[in-house]
Amino acid sequence: MSDDNVEDVEAFRQRAREWIRANLRRADGPGQTLRGKDEQQDLAEVAREREVQRMLFDAGFAGICVPKDYAGQGLTPAHQRAFNDELVGYEYPARLQVPPMTPCMAVLLEFGTEEQKQRHVPAILKGEEIWMQLLSEPSGGSDVAGALTSAVREGDEWLLNGSKIWTSGAWWADWGLVLARTNWDVPKHRGLSVFILPLNAPGVTVHRIEMLNGNREFCQEFLSDVRVPDSDRIGDVDDGWTVGVRWLFHERMQHNSPYVTRPTGATREGEKGSILKVVRDAGRIDDPVARELAGEALEIGLVTEALNHRVARGIMTGTMSDQAAAVGRLLMCVSLSRQSTIAFEIAGAAGGAWADDDGEAAERGTDFLMRQTPSIGGGTTEMARNVIAERVLGMPREQALDRNVPFREVPRGSARQ
Amino acid sequence: MLLQLSSDQEFFRETTDKFLTDQVPVEVLRRLRDEAAGYDADYWRRGAELGWTSLLVTEKHGGGNISGNGILDLTIVAHEFGAHAAPGPLIATNVVAAALAETDSHPDVIAGLLDGSTVATWCIDEPGRRPLDVDVEIRVDGDDLVINGVKRPVEAAEQASHLLVTGRTDDGLTQVLVPAETAGVTVTAMRSVDLTRRFGAVSFSDVRVPRAAAVGEVGQASAQVQRQFHLVLALVNAESVGAMQTAFDMTVEWGFDRYSFGRPLVSYQALKHRFADMKSWLEAGHAITDEAAEELGTGDDRAAMLLSAGKAFIGDYGGELIQDCVQLHGGLGVTFEHDVHLYLRRQTVNRALYGTPSQHRQRLADLGQQRDEAAANKVDA
Ligand SMILES: Cc1cc2nc3c(=O)[nH]c(=O)nc-3n(C[C@H](O)[C@H](O)[C@H](O)COP(=O)(O)OP(=O)(O)OC[C@H]3O[C@@H](n4cnc5c(N)ncnc54)[C@H](O)[C@@H]3O)c2cc1C
Repeated sequence: MSDDNVEDVEAFRQRAREWIRANLRRADGPGQTLRGKDEQQDLAEVAREREVQRMLFDAGFAGICVPKDYAGQGLTPAHQRAFNDELVGYEYPARLQVPPMTPCMAVLLEFGTEEQKQRHVPAILKGEEIWMQLLSEPSGGSDVAGALTSAVREGDEWLLNGSKIWTSGAWWADWGLVLARTNWDVPKHRGLSVFILPLNAPGVTVHRIEMLNGNREFCQEFLSDVRVPDSDRIGDVDDGWTVGVRWLFHERMQHNSPYVTRPTGATREGEKGSILKVVRDAGRIDDPVARELAGEALEIGLVTEALNHRVARGIMTGTMSDQAAAVGRLLMCVSLSRQSTIAFEIAGAAGGAWADDDGEAAERGTDFLMRQTPSIGGGTTEMARNVIAERVLGMPREQALDRNVPFREVPRGSARQ
Repeated sequence: MLLQLSSDQEFFRETTDKFLTDQVPVEVLRRLRDEAAGYDADYWRRGAELGWTSLLVTEKHGGGNISGNGILDLTIVAHEFGAHAAPGPLIATNVVAAALAETDSHPDVIAGLLDGSTVATWCIDEPGRRPLDVDVEIRVDGDDLVINGVKRPVEAAEQASHLLVTGRTDDGLTQVLVPAETAGVTVTAMRSVDLTRRFGAVSFSDVRVPRAAAVGEVGQASAQVQRQFHLVLALVNAESVGAMQTAFDMTVEWGFDRYSFGRPLVSYQALKHRFADMKSWLEAGHAITDEAAEELGTGDDRAAMLLSAGKAFIGDYGGELIQDCVQLHGGLGVTFEHDVHLYLRRQTVNRALYGTPSQHRQRLADLGQQRDEAAANKVDA
């Protein structure tokens, strides 16, 4: 970043603006709430997003903050922000951002061997490899370090067995980052290792899960004697939690990540533009009650964005610890929930039953049913509150029965093992 | 408050912090409750010497700022005022000083504001009207301006020797600086929940001043009034966040020290989660305040939305935060003896003044609509 030849941000912005306008399509089509329903359409969209990623790469706009050694641009977060500002209103490779760019690529950049980075980072930036994170398991996602998927060493290979779940997009993705247990005789955090894995490897079965809105983006993977070479291990054996802690950090930072290309303000999947469009399409533009609700949606949106800037700056300059990312994440989740409720309320009866020509007022009932999604995915808001209380404010940790005991002796519930 | 102050800013902050700690500790605040002005004239003069009223005044008029963004610098003082629930007409004097300096008028009054010998205040709000919805009339009559109507609440109305009055002249806005003793001006004290801050209702009955008393052009003051309003919002927000910070800090400390069932309060997850929520609101309050002040000081057009978002958010969530601090103190929290109410008072008055959260949400919808229309026109063009 201290490179003296770094392009001036405003010049970069100008160049980005011209390129975006000349090359990308305007994103004024319908939102993405139906994603995962029509397989052909999904695959076509993924293909287009790979293509757009490749266009970004060829034009020198992919991996803006990734070092040049790995085919990135070696620029600064300010350049990425300028690019994101200019991207407002245009298509972008939405599925290739989170988790592929962060946390997956971020983890690779931080912990990968030189060979791993050379092999995968440029491929990710070209849209050739889409990565997913295989972290949560049927036995529990909050207690990530309690993973039961096992990896057993056989010569230069590892044999993986178990199941991962809630992996968005695994059915059309290429690679996964996997957290697995390599030692059952030590306390839980000391017996984990991280591996990378092609999702079409022999022994991997991917099942799609239907969400309550009909979306079938979510997947469960069953790993049965999957062979992974030791050269595809990330970090040291049994020291996977060192990687895991940063992995979760990159996940919590997704809204501030310098690796994410996404139009400014579109922090929400399926964002359909301004809340005021919902007010208008609901026929309530002159209704002071609807206007005030819209004002509240704008209020918390602006505040959340400002908080994310503050937290990102605080962490970057060292005035806040990495754990402070949970502060931004908590408010963001709560705000997204509230914004869903507001849009649903503004839609009025159209929130319960809508017609195709209801414009932005349509589908608000569906969004409302899915309201808690952001508060669960990427770690729940309860876990964020635990982190803030214990790690940021230094309050006593909750009682835990899995510390200082060999993992195989830790009590386990019977639900969804 | 800003995450990273420059060393000059930090020195300035520390000086104000030390001065307030020394001069207006909580015992003094409690005593000031019974004093007419709510602050001591000498205290105010010494504060002015520290630079409290000079940051928005250009060097040409004897002022000067620290960082190049005087508004941002002044929010540092406002934050300390909130954190100490400090007395004194900080917002009132600064907004008048800025207006006079910007319009190059009344240099003698500016000089008095700078050295703390003069107090002036802005008469803007009117009973039953939204902020900036002005009904008070300022009529041109030959070489005079004639003012009629009522303004309330006006901060430090009884203490001010000069009143900056915003009124309507036909279709435009006019501002005029009126000496408080002018015939036809009546100030009636109002009551408030703040212990040290005083408010009054000011009525103008055929108040006649020479045209030269105008601040800026007659009938052309609308942009200036907007700027003053934005300035007030930036300061009020910073002050409330200061009050939130102190209330939060004292409650965290209490939570570690107070035991119940053999455990400190902060060991209960139900309470830890509430502290986590409060922390997120507090940091968000800092964030929106600083971003708005930064953009206001550099003339960014997003500032209006950021300021209203901050005013609404800090009004609502700041209130929730400090009320929860009261709750977590149990019975102590609702006593006069405990300090938490000092900060609750400051935040509560600020929430109600210069537009409630609800009014700012409505303003956000208006501003958002203008923004969307401008963006649509830009794409079409
Ligand atoms: C949209 C979406 C995308 C996702 N994408 C991925 C992905 O790509 N990869 C991946 O690996 N996972 C993914 N997940 C899974 C997600 O990370 C988990 O669902 C989440 O971490 C919670 O785990 P769980 O579902 O097992 O619930 P549990 O951990 O069983 O939690 C159940 C409830 O108990 C609460 N709880 C648990 N422990 C505590 C505690 N100590 N204190 C207080 N409350 C507690 C939780 O907050 C929750 O409300 C995704 C989930 C969603 C919704």
